[in-house]
Amino acid sequence: MSLAETEGTAPVQAGQAAQAAGEAKMTARDANVYYGDAQALKHVDLDIGTNEVTSLIGPSGCGKSTFLRCLNRMNDVIDGCRVKGDIRLDEEDIYHPSLDVVQLRARVGMVFQKPNPFPKSIYENIVYGPRIHGMVHNKGDMDEIVESSLRRAGLWEEAKDRLEQPGTGLSGGQQQRLCIARAIAVNPEVILMDEPCSALDPIATSRIEELIDELRQNFTIVIVTHSMQQAARVSQRTAFFHLGILVEVGPTEEIFTNPKDKRTQDYITGRFG
Amino acid sequence: MNVLTILLVLLILSAAAYFVGQRQALAVGGGSAKQLHSLPSYHGFYTALWVALPAIILLILWLVIEPHVAESVLRANLPQAYSQLTDAELNLRIGEIKRLATGNIVGATISQDLQAAADSYANTMTVSRIAMLLIMAALVGIGFVFARKRISITLRARNQVERVTTIIMFLASLIAILTTVGIILSLLFETGRFFTMVPFWDFLFGIHWSPQTALRADQVGASGAFGAIPLFAGTLLITFIAMLVAVPVGLFSAIYMSEYASPRVRAIAKPLLEVLAGIPTVVYGFFAALAVAPFFRGMGESIGLDVSSESALAAGMVMGIMIIPFVSSLSDDVMNAVPQTLRDGSYALGATQSETVRQVILPAALPGIVGAVLLAVSRAIGETMIVVMAAGLAANLTANPLESVTTVTVQIVTLLTGDQEFDSAKTLAAFALGLVLFVVTLCLNVYALHIVRKYREKYD
Ligand SMILES: Nc1ncnc2c1ncn2[C@@H]1O[C@H](COP(=O)(O)OP(=O)(O)OP(=O)(O)O)[C@@H](O)[C@H]1O
Ligand SMILES: [Mg+2]
Repeated sequence: MSLAETEGTAPVQAGQAAQAAGEAKMTARDANVYYGDAQALKHVDLDIGTNEVTSLIGPSGCGKSTFLRCLNRMNDVIDGCRVKGDIRLDEEDIYHPSLDVVQLRARVGMVFQKPNPFPKSIYENIVYGPRIHGMVHNKGDMDEIVESSLRRAGLWEEAKDRLEQPGTGLSGGQQQRLCIARAIAVNPEVILMDEPCSALDPIATSRIEELIDELRQNFTIVIVTHSMQQAARVSQRTAFFHLGILVEVGPTEEIFTNPKDKRTQDYITGRFG
Repeated sequence: MNVLTILLVLLILSAAAYFVGQRQALAVGGGSAKQLHSLPSYHGFYTALWVALPAIILLILWLVIEPHVAESVLRANLPQAYSQLTDAELNLRIGEIKRLATGNIVGATISQDLQAAADSYANTMTVSRIAMLLIMAALVGIGFVFARKRISITLRARNQVERVTTIIMFLASLIAILTTVGIILSLLFETGRFFTMVPFWDFLFGIHWSPQTALRADQVGASGAFGAIPLFAGTLLITFIAMLVAVPVGLFSAIYMSEYASPRVRAIAKPLLEVLAGIPTVVYGFFAALAVAPFFRGMGESIGLDVSSESALAAGMVMGIMIIPFVSSLSDDVMNAVPQTLRDGSYALGATQSETVRQVILPAALPGIVGAVLLAVSRAIGETMIVVMAAGLAANLTANPLESVTTVTVQIVTLLTGDQEFDSAKTLAAFALGLVLFVVTLCLNVYALHIVRKYREKYD
């Protein structure tokens, strides 16, 4: 839990190859997002630390999902949505015209609020991404990637005997882990999770939380959550959004024990939101 | 007074009754609706129903029973001379008398007897009408008084009115269902008669179609043949050609509409495509016969092919164009029903739009698309006008789309147009063909709807 500096003053990193934990993997500078004429995100400066879990919290409608979607350009899919500002992945401007969105999304994966497995077999769900990116060439490759992804998502034991059955036939929690496995399968560097546990029961939730903690070893994770406890349990850094503004960001412990801003304090003590 | 006037008067009376009932309810409730169980308007409807319904029921019963009663009175009073006549002649006379009585033109010379009988028949009818009107007036009065008596704070007028409305709606749907059942029964019955003349297997599996029956035993070409295979084959050929046009074009335009078009383009293009479905089939028909068929013929000639001027190809192509909106509109709907979250999931894995369409949207929408195509097939099989005009009448058993073929629907049309004896095998064959058509399209529709519905459930 380093990165004590406040936003906007993050030092520019020179080498990208071997980043230490906590060094900025992604940076956003003066990010503004508009839906038509309405501005949903205002002047957001935020660093996402390498191999850390960063959680985004804030009341409903404050722009958490919007910010998250900026990071893998899923906003492109939305009609009338415009993004302004400088957002970088390993120093590379991800909104640069020459950047290939397909490759970006292979590097920055996403898990959605509602589990959304494709109506295909579990096996096909996993190999979908690798196949698109030409990462697998034969059955052996695919089998391997299916097993390793499912293992890392903690679903292998439950799913290994039913790989050919539809992914939609799994329970909600299993489906969400399948979606995580599907995202891991393309071996991304960053995984974005938008309220990944909001459709799950407490047991499934705690499994996913454990999983997130393990995945931190290999991936940089950004998670949006409405549960303060969850943010406190899984994340190293927490960013609090309010009305499209990034109010405060810092080490999770600090945000929850000693918030600097009055609005943050009000939110975490449950006075609004 | 004719029936229409009676109904009009009843309508006016019940409208008046509505206001009286409503006023009275308000008065009973002390000027406001608060204390009443039902709103004053329900009391109004309640009164109106009591005024109109009994009278209308009486009217219907009377109209059903009256002719029978009047006729038996007429028969009882016929002059002696008529008792020697045969049944057929008697019926003829009675018809004449009735027409004379209602002031219509009569073919025969009018004898004294006939005139007298007609007068007495007219008399009976007048008496009957007056009696009916009197009873009706009484019913209206009684209903009105009764309803007004019942109006009180606690009267559950709403429940009663609603029960009556439910019954009326039930009767309406019953009529629709009974009509359908009636049509099916008559189809079955006539088909049964047909199969007493032509063996079932000869019809279903015979490969020679030449529907005629001998007038004299020694007539040339007397033996008709009712093998329907050439018709089925022609229908299938044309349907196949139509689907060859409609499925790819319809599917691609549906994919474009639902996945690529901007909302603005979509808002314009979709209704425009649906206009295709609104063009009368007759227009397609002469388009096929006058423009497309000669065009193919010319094309064929220029490359040395022999294309008949009425070809399965022309009819099938035009029918395919007509069916495009069925395929595209339904497929577009099912693709739109594929949840956005699946698209997002695919994009988030770095898939491009076309990869998403091919690997996620289409497989997910496939059952619905199959359903849409089946519905289109059933539409193509039943389509008549285009093939009548463009496909020809020759019952060729061929798979060559450049020749002229004929379809089940075309043959039904030709069997039944013109003067026909109703009980010849030729006419009855139309019923058998109609039944086959009905069964096939019914099965297709049921199966298609089943598939579409099952698919819908999956995502709701
Ligand atoms: N597709 C869209 N079109 C128009 N406005 C949008 C769209 N998506 C989000 N917004 C608006 O942008 C603002 C931020 O929305 P966003 O979804 O980012 O909030 P959120 O913090 O994720 O909320 P929640 O916690 O409820 O998910 C909201 O005011 C919302 O109305
Ligand atoms: Mg959100």
